[in-house]
Amino acid sequence: MNIVVTVKQVPDTWAEKKLDAADKTVDRKSVDNVMNEMDEYGVEEALKIKEAHGGEVTVVTMGPAKAVETIRKALSMGADKAVHLTDDSLHGSDALATSAALAKVISTLSPDIVITSSEASDARGGVIGALLAERLGLPQLTQARKVTVDPGASKVTIERLADNGYALVEASLPAVVGVVEKINQPRYPSFKGIMAAKKKPLTTLSAADAGLDGAAVGLAGAASAVVTSEPAPPRSSGTIVKDEGDGGTKVAEFLAAQKLI
Amino acid sequence: MAEVLVLVEHADGEPKKVTAELLTLARTLGEPSAVFLGAPGTYAKAKEYLAQYGAAKVYVAESDDIASYVGGPAAEVLAKLVGETSPAAVLVAATADSREVAARVAAKTESGLIWDATALSADLVATQGIFGGSTIVTSKVTKGVPVVVVRPNSTAPEAASSTPAEQTVDVAISDAAKGAKIVDRVVEAKSGRPDLTEAQVVVSGGRGLGAAEHFALVEKLADTLGAAVGASRAATDAGWYPHQNQVGQTGKTVSPQLYIAVGISGAIQHRAGMQTSKTIVAVNKDPEAPIFEFADYGLVGDLFNVVPQLTEAIEKRKAG
Repeated sequence: MNIVVTVKQVPDTWAEKKLDAADKTVDRKSVDNVMNEMDEYGVEEALKIKEAHGGEVTVVTMGPAKAVETIRKALSMGADKAVHLTDDSLHGSDALATSAALAKVISTLSPDIVITSSEASDARGGVIGALLAERLGLPQLTQARKVTVDPGASKVTIERLADNGYALVEASLPAVVGVVEKINQPRYPSFKGIMAAKKKPLTTLSAADAGLDGAAVGLAGAASAVVTSEPAPPRSSGTIVKDEGDGGTKVAEFLAAQKLI
Repeated sequence: MAEVLVLVEHADGEPKKVTAELLTLARTLGEPSAVFLGAPGTYAKAKEYLAQYGAAKVYVAESDDIASYVGGPAAEVLAKLVGETSPAAVLVAATADSREVAARVAAKTESGLIWDATALSADLVATQGIFGGSTIVTSKVTKGVPVVVVRPNSTAPEAASSTPAEQTVDVAISDAAKGAKIVDRVVEAKSGRPDLTEAQVVVSGGRGLGAAEHFALVEKLADTLGAAVGASRAATDAGWYPHQNQVGQTGKTVSPQLYIAVGISGAIQHRAGMQTSKTIVAVNKDPEAPIFEFADYGLVGDLFNVVPQLTEAIEKRKAG
């Protein structure tokens, strides 16, 4: 199995995130950056498929030079090699341009399966799996809480999360699989894994190396633009009451006063 | 007036409330055209509802292919309609299925995509809360037809009766779009409660409940209020409640009239999914819990005493 998994470096969930004042893109310079937590589930699932069926896991990311830290993390978890698409001209790419660029890189790797996660904590679009399927012309197996690969039959089946249960969805390989967080328990990189990661192959591609059209990527190629940006009005705390045995009744009185019951 | 395409959100033909919200919003932007995509025989159930909320036109595409494959067929039909009608905008509900369809339509039509809009002005400037709602941005699509994914509960639906012109859409789905076949649909929990993202009232439980069986307290309170039940990530991670009910980052985003957080500390991950709720009530025994920093009414106390008492008090008021 030739397994590709996409990862993204994002500002730490706990960091105070903001937009860059000048170009209104996510400020990635003034905060701690980490691997998007959801992507850890993607990497783990890729490793599990490899462990069950053999093959190789290639990590693909697009991002600034320091996104290499996120690649190292995936490699130290056990991925075999990585491709890092990085170029100043890619800065400010929207989800549509990002998916096109990633698809271009991924198609050169001839994957049997492409794994992605359900959302990134910075943008929360939750659309990269659908977009990669669209761009690559592959089946869209997103929102997967369980993945079963049958390499003999060249088939993959998932449980796709639905509001009141799940849909059983199957496709022929190659396919794009988007996983949700409850699918597995991502492993921690071992010391041995961290040491080994340093020697694993890492290919760095510029936009030109990847054959990308400069006008279609980055801020210039984005199909939407931020007009204004301001901090949300702070939500001030209201009435805080300590329970004196009649707390439930007090809450009901509040709700009645607000005409909510 | 240019058409505004509204993708009808429905379950086997039964329209979801967000459809009325999208049609109401579309009327402020142009001429609302509903796009109904579903299995054969399902449109009949939506017809009257769409007329009630002022659809000037309905494009009806009924096909087994649309219902049997993930993503591809719906995106193909909707993108074709975008090409044929050159609408002012395409409005889609921010649900798991539809946002994916919207993204594919934007890619196919080389258009811009905006997700989780909470408002959309007549000149198509969208408002979004980003970074878990801590920053408000307005943005505009600069290429193609704006494809806007709108959050449920952001527009108050207003009825406007109409007699929509119906147009049957020829559905010829390419083989390429039929890659991900739905072979079975399994219902695990049929609660009879409203959809989490559409509900006017949501009662959520968290770590403070301590065990799966204690969610019965939350459910009982929810049922008294006609509310949906949510859960924090701590609760779903512990396996106390289904992942589908998770509110917050990596779960659902809700903005009901009333949100009651039971035993939830209110960490940033949870806050990201509920802080646009109109009124927030929190019950937590820890006075230092972050949720008290933004709750409208906070009760510091033992949820095992407070919640049953609250449920009873609401029942009494309803009876009285």
